[in-house]
Amino acid sequence: METILEVNNVVKQFGGFTALSGVKVNVHKGERLGLIGPNGSGKTTLINCISGAFTDYEGAIHFNGQDISKLKAHERTKRGIARSFQIPRPFSSMTVMENLLVPFAFVGGKDGPEQQAEAMEILRGMGLADKAFVQSNQLSQVELRKMELARAMAAKPKLLISDEAMAGLSGNEVDEVLEILFDLNKLGITIIMIEHIMQAVMKFSERVICLDAGKIICEGTPENIVKNPDVQRAYLGD
Amino acid sequence: MISLDLLFEAVLFGILLGCFYAAVSLGLSVAFGLLDVPYVAHPALLILGSYFTFLLSKTGIDPIICGLLLMPVFYVIGIALYRFYYETFERRSSDTGVRGLAFFFGIAFIIEVCLILVFGVDQRTVSATYIGSSLEIGEYRFPYRMLVAFGIAIFLTTLLTLYFSKTFNGRAIKAVGQDEGALRLMGANPVKIKQLAFGIATAVNALAGAMLIIVGPVEPAMDRIYIGRTFCVVVLAGLGSMSGTLVAGLILGIAESIVMMTLGASWAPAVSFGLLLLMLGIRPQGLFGR
Amino acid sequence: MNVNEYIFFAGFVILQFVVLATAWNILGGYAGYVNFGVPAFIAVGAYTAVVLFKSISAPLVVQIIGGGILAGLLGLTVGLLTLKLRGIFFSIATVAVVFILETVVMNWRYVGGATGLQLTRPQDLWIFDTYTRMLFFVMAVLAIGSVSIARYIQDSFLGRGLRAVRDSEEAAECSGVPTLKIKLIACTISGALMGIAGAPMPMYLSYIEPTATFNLNYSISALGMPIIGGTSHWIGPVIGALLLATIQQVVTVTVSNELNVLVVGVLLVLFVVLAPDGILGLIKKWKQSSK
Repeated sequence: METILEVNNVVKQFGGFTALSGVKVNVHKGERLGLIGPNGSGKTTLINCISGAFTDYEGAIHFNGQDISKLKAHERTKRGIARSFQIPRPFSSMTVMENLLVPFAFVGGKDGPEQQAEAMEILRGMGLADKAFVQSNQLSQVELRKMELARAMAAKPKLLISDEAMAGLSGNEVDEVLEILFDLNKLGITIIMIEHIMQAVMKFSERVICLDAGKIICEGTPENIVKNPDVQRAYLGD
Repeated sequence: MISLDLLFEAVLFGILLGCFYAAVSLGLSVAFGLLDVPYVAHPALLILGSYFTFLLSKTGIDPIICGLLLMPVFYVIGIALYRFYYETFERRSSDTGVRGLAFFFGIAFIIEVCLILVFGVDQRTVSATYIGSSLEIGEYRFPYRMLVAFGIAIFLTTLLTLYFSKTFNGRAIKAVGQDEGALRLMGANPVKIKQLAFGIATAVNALAGAMLIIVGPVEPAMDRIYIGRTFCVVVLAGLGSMSGTLVAGLILGIAESIVMMTLGASWAPAVSFGLLLLMLGIRPQGLFGR
Repeated sequence: MNVNEYIFFAGFVILQFVVLATAWNILGGYAGYVNFGVPAFIAVGAYTAVVLFKSISAPLVVQIIGGGILAGLLGLTVGLLTLKLRGIFFSIATVAVVFILETVVMNWRYVGGATGLQLTRPQDLWIFDTYTRMLFFVMAVLAIGSVSIARYIQDSFLGRGLRAVRDSEEAAECSGVPTLKIKLIACTISGALMGIAGAPMPMYLSYIEPTATFNLNYSISALGMPIIGGTSHWIGPVIGALLLATIQQVVTVTVSNELNVLVVGVLLVLFVVLAPDGILGLIKKWKQSSK
């Protein structure tokens, strides 16, 4: 199995507080990796280090064999790392289509009729085609989440990080988003999913990593993780 | 080269000046440093406080008392301002803050122009027993009005620092800037807390405005240079640091005093604004900020 | 000055505000970074023109180009210093630049220092009857030029990227937008255009002095006009500038100078609170409701 992302002993501090202390994980190409952990365990910090929102961490991150630690976020996106945000960040003055044209323009280099057609394809796959020309600040929660993923897809990523895309959604909506993620994975995209909704994580992931207080405390298949006493302690306390 | 004597005198004067600058910046330290409100109208409200003190002192009341009397009035103004700002701008979170900035900038201009229309562009002063004479210790003369301002400054800074560390509301104010969620869990209403903080910040401005007109003459356009002095102090101290305000004020005061002595008064504005630019460039979190 | 000449005289000022409002909007409206230090850029343009004129008798065109280049460099410098920080720090830094440069200029005798400098206009009127008419024509060309630049930016990748930065800088960065680079480009162009607006001023007044040139009143106008007109489209600043600058000229002539700043200030606050999308937004709403 080829390694697409190598996180090597990443340490991230905020002033006196250590958010990540020596995280080491290898992500395989085409994998569906679940990332769980209680609030404050460092999941989002880890994602921010991978995506380049933070560049002042210790340790190294390699993507497709290359050291990306010095690269800014937009450069990493161009290399193939895309992410969605926990709290959706739409370009609210733009329509859904225009939202997607931003990554098309800045990652792909073109935003003409061809790209608009591609964008419609992506939206169709997410069930958002009829909202393409609606201003994005008028979308519902689940539509915003889907648009986040659609926008990430417009960057033609090799690795997609989904940061709690299902938080606050109803049961049906969770299934909708899950199906989208499965479809994307079938296209060959490696997906790291951060989620609190355990059933979604179990259904989706081939491998699960559990983070607590900035360290990886357990790694394994969904079934093993659920049974692991350390994981239970991390979530439920002693 | 300047004589050591003159330098020492400049430093002493700078200490007095610095404490004054620190007190004048306390309101901004709370409103911008703790609450993150783009309160560029703070110096304009400071000057407004000076003019109200001027008006009130015409009835014969001592300027310091005027300042104290004005504090509850300004407290109400502050609460109203914050409420308005919150309802109009912060609630609708979609904007980057252009509107909030433009709003306060507009308010500052409106205040300044109204002052010009009502009072004219001439300088205004107040009189009191301690204005005009100096305390002489050895060869050095300390103008009494500076000493009075120094006293008020120390009093205000101590009062606020104690309030923020010892009282429940005060600590809530310090916390609301960092973690609104936790505050809500504790049962406190973040909006009410921020409102209270803004009210306090504006009330402080009333007394600071009184200090300003005690220390020297005041004219409507002074809010412009005080943008530099107050933001310099707050940025130098670091957002969220109340005690740092005093240190930052001292640094600014001494720097301005020395520059004024060596290069002349016309270079004074460049000191605060230059220091501000320098800090933004090399250490934007300030000396003590988070 | 007869009424005819006065129209060109006032027209120059109105067109100058079209350039200033358009320039401000490139960074303020498109990208969301508020420049309070407009007079610093105007002054760099004006004083560069003075230096070029005084030292090598440079023609107006060279003065304008020189003013634009140096003002653009100032924009780049301020941007490099502060565009990595939050918006309000950029805004405060722009105010700082005004005061620092004003202090420097006040102590620079070559350009007149605090007292200012008288300048004699050259005799070259080209095809015009008076120097004022020629300057009016020059400013009209500059206005058309800046609006064209704003329009080009708006419809280009740069405009798309700036809008993304304004709506959500984080999301923009993750969508491949080189946010810092884009902000710096916008800041440089915006500054350069303001310098270009300032460069003809010494010739216009036959005089230059720091207090009027560095007056912060320029800021409230330069940011009020696009906000009142509408910031999302290049035509907004044009509408705002034409409307407000004309009102200002009328008020200055009939009532007083201070009052014209008050008019802009009050309108700015009113629009920011009640009609944030400006006149353009109001027109859009009216069109939609009458359908």
